[in-house]
Formats: sequence, structure tokens, C-alpha cells
Amino acid sequence: MSAFGTLLRRDLAILLPGGARGSAFLPLIFFLLVAVLFPFAVGPEPSLLARTGGGVLWIATLLASILPLDRLVAADREAGVFDQLALRGISEEVAMTARLVAHWLSFAPLMLIATLPAAALLSLSGHTFWRLFASLLAGTPGLAAIGLITSALLASLRSGTALAGLMLAPIAVPLVIFGAGHLARDDISGALFAGAFSLVLCAIAPFAAAAAIRAARD
Amino acid sequence: MQARLSATDLACRKGDRLLFARLSFALEPGDILHLCGPNGVGKTSLMRILAGLARPFAGTVERGGEIGMIDGRHALDSDRPLGEALRFWARLDSSTDLAAPMTRLGIDALGDIPVGYLSTGQKQRAAIARLLLRPRPIWLLDEPFAGLDTASQGLLAELVGEHCAAGGLCVFVSHQPVDLPARSLDLAEFAA
Repeated sequence: MSAFGTLLRRDLAILLPGGARGSAFLPLIFFLLVAVLFPFAVGPEPSLLARTGGGVLWIATLLASILPLDRLVAADREAGVFDQLALRGISEEVAMTARLVAHWLSFAPLMLIATLPAAALLSLSGHTFWRLFASLLAGTPGLAAIGLITSALLASLRSGTALAGLMLAPIAVPLVIFGAGHLARDDISGALFAGAFSLVLCAIAPFAAAAAIRAARD
Repeated sequence: MQARLSATDLACRKGDRLLFARLSFALEPGDILHLCGPNGVGKTSLMRILAGLARPFAGTVERGGEIGMIDGRHALDSDRPLGEALRFWARLDSSTDLAAPMTRLGIDALGDIPVGYLSTGQKQRAAIARLLLRPRPIWLLDEPFAGLDTASQGLLAELVGEHCAAGGLCVFVSHQPVDLPARSLDLAEFAA
């Protein structure tokens, strides 16, 4: 098996729900919690919920994607995994590409499925639900990429997670604008823009994260 | 195995402090180098420079052969069972025989136990088992005896002996005297 396949297999075994780290359900629970609490906070009026629900779920997704960033890169850095990989001629770029894929798989598919009950809780129409689903599908890879970059940048800091949220949010603003904007317009331009932004971020992320890891290595 | 490792005029700087300078040595197959010196003199920094993980402030390192390294960090996933954590490295090293090194190090019975539950010495033995997964000409061992019990220390010395008899070379850092035919290099003599 290629080095990439081996790395991906390990990352999935650790990060996926039911995996070794055991915190993969946290983003999902957080996401559903927002969907449950929101009607309590603004009142159960269906038209208001239907109008604002999609945007709320987008913000819930963004914030939920911060939760797994805690140990995404820091644990391997502390344990010296990247050094052992470097000695074997495996670059940080390869390791970070596998990590990006595993990270996205660890939170996004579950959250996309959970969009269905969440949409029901916020009385979104079927039409809005599908538009939300499409825009989240286009936007979550971008969220995963930003998350990977920030957690690699902050891996050497002690209180990295708290900062990760602060760093991730501003970079994710275009994703939220286009992704949630997709709900308000009747064409597909919003999802396409979110998808394009995601693609760019996914292309940059392995290199940026690898450079951050190398820079932190003295 | 044609192991070679030579350092020419190495200097290392940490922050704005020069740790050591004008350090040169050349190792041939079969050589063992015992690095010693007081804390903070730059032993670990030198090991990382030799491994190519850090850049020297001045000087060059030439390596002939693949490097196997043990440092204080075990690089094993603490949430996963030891067997699986080691199998990951075995796959990367294209080694099919994980059982032999594990048996040799006496950790074959620990395969199902999560790495986080193991003692320091057991993790160190696992790191040594990983070193044996594939023949690597150059061994760089930073404090390899730390945490090991007397029997395991003897075993490690034996493994280093075998490795060097087979044409490998080894550089190790240790504060204890070790029963090995090693050249000794006191890094304090090169302190800047």
C-alpha cells in the first residue's frame, strides 16, 4: 500500500466516528443542539424559522467544525510523528493531504445527514433543505481546509484551540456569505462560489499546513 | 549496508546563543559514537542536525544510508492499541514481520493495550521495536536507555552491537556508562 493510503487509513481510524479518539460525535451533537435550541430562543413561529433557519444551520456548521481542531495536528507534533515521517522521506504535504481528507470525512458527512432532522426542527421547506444541503456540501471542504491550516499554525501553542476559533472565523466569512447566500437566491451561483472557494482552500491547505509544521520544527 | 556519517565544522545556534562550534567527525561502518556532556550543551540539537530534522548554523553533514532515530518522543498513537500503532509504522516501512521485533523486545503480549496505558519503559521498547522493522544503516539514539529496566538496557546494548557488527553505525546520547565498544565524544569540549 502506498504511504498516502497508509496515512489515510491511520487518520481515519483515529478521527472517524467510533475511532480511537472518540470525540467525533461532538460536532454533530453541537450542530443538532443549535437546531433544537434556536426555536426556543426566537419562538416557534414557522415562517420566521423557515426564513432564518438555513443561515443558522450554516453558522452552526461553521462553529461545529472548530470543535475537532483541538488535537488535529498538535498531538502528532508532540509525539514526534512528523519527524519520524520525515526520516522515512514522507513529506508533511502528503501527511496533511491525508489529514485533510480524514478531517472532512470525520465531521461533514454526519453533519450533512443531520441537516435533515435539523431542517425539520426549523420547519425548512423541502426546497430550502436541498439548497442548504448543496451549499453545505460545497462549503464544508473549505471549512475543513481552513481548520487544518489553523490547527497546524497553532499546533505549537498551548491554548491553540481557543485561538483556532478566532482565526478560522474571519477566513470562513466568504464561505458563509456564498453558502448561506445560496439559500436566498434561486440560481446556483452561491453554491458554485462556495465550492470554488472550497477548492482553492483545499488546494492551499496541505502546503500551508506543511509549511507551518516545518516552521515550528527547530 | 554501507553506512557513512560525517560532520564537518558543525555549529549550532539556539536563539542568539551559540551552543557548539567547529565540531567534526566521521563514522565508518561498525562505528559507535557515545555523545555525552552536561545538560543544555546541545546533544539533542546535534542529533536533530545529524538526522536532517534541523539545519546547522554552519557546517555540513553527509549521510550515507537511511536513518533510524529514537528520541524522547515515541510517535505512537496513545489512543490506539500498541499492535495497531506499530502496524502503521510497519506498513510505512514495508515490513511484514512485526511479530519478530515485538517478541525480541518483550512487548508481544502488549499488542492489545492502548499506548496511553503503557509505562515509559514499555513505550521506549516499542520505539526500539520500530527501529528494527527495517534495516537502517544509521542509528541515531537520543537517550535510548532512559526509562528502560536493567534487562532491557542490556538487550538494547546487544542490539546496537549486532547492528554495528552487521555494518551499521550508531550515535547515541547517554549519561550512563554503557557497555559498548564506543568512541566517546564530549560535546562540552566544543562549547562556544
